[in-house]
Amino acid sequence: MKINSTKNGTELVLALEGRLDTMTAPELEAELKDALNGVETLVFDFEKLDYISSAGLRVLLAAQKTMHRQGSMKVTHVNETIMEVFEVTGFTDFLTIE
Amino acid sequence: MQQEWVGEAKIDRIDDVTEFVNAALEAVDCPMKAQMQIDIAIDEVLANVAQYAYAPGTGSVRVLVDPKPGAVTITFIDRGTPYNPLEHTDPDTTLSAEDRQIGGLGILLVKRTMDAVRYEFRDGQNILSIRKEF
Repeated sequence: MKINSTKNGTELVLALEGRLDTMTAPELEAELKDALNGVETLVFDFEKLDYISSAGLRVLLAAQKTMHRQGSMKVTHVNETIMEVFEVTGFTDFLTIE
Repeated sequence: MQQEWVGEAKIDRIDDVTEFVNAALEAVDCPMKAQMQIDIAIDEVLANVAQYAYAPGTGSVRVLVDPKPGAVTITFIDRGTPYNPLEHTDPDTTLSAEDRQIGGLGILLVKRTMDAVRYEFRDGQNILSIRKEF
């Protein structure tokens, strides 16, 4: 998985490429660990993400909890497979998906 | 024709299994969406085996793939601690982000996206098989 990070003031855009799974989720977790300081808008761009497994959901949930306290978070360009993962697990209830 | 992969049950081997299975799926023209759902299921099942089956040690896992036109069955076999992932109640997927617990989501995903999931413990082996029709 590749993570392309772009920061504009208090907005952070993380464009992910490849698979967000058990092997790669810790990379995203590490990236987010310090990157969210001062961020008010977090955007995940999934245009080039093939799929996400529960290991990736765990990281998204942690990010959502952090951003709930300090601003907002949204997920963009979600493909059909990933949308179904969000639906099955109920993540559509609290994620902002555009 | 059934094909077999045998290796150490470790997280950094999951990609090998995924590639092995995808090659078999391509031979039977499995659509991309079904393939990605199968890849997710492989990640969920093998992550469980890698993290818990032999803990704190390690051990091997066998993966059998039986691709046919229109359906594939994948069987995961380990000799670790007996564990039936299907006997746990599904997690509550209606809770808010703050109250959400993450455990159990992986196997829930597998159950909802595959057409059949079966578990048995036989001859000292955990045998979990998933079937996907396409």
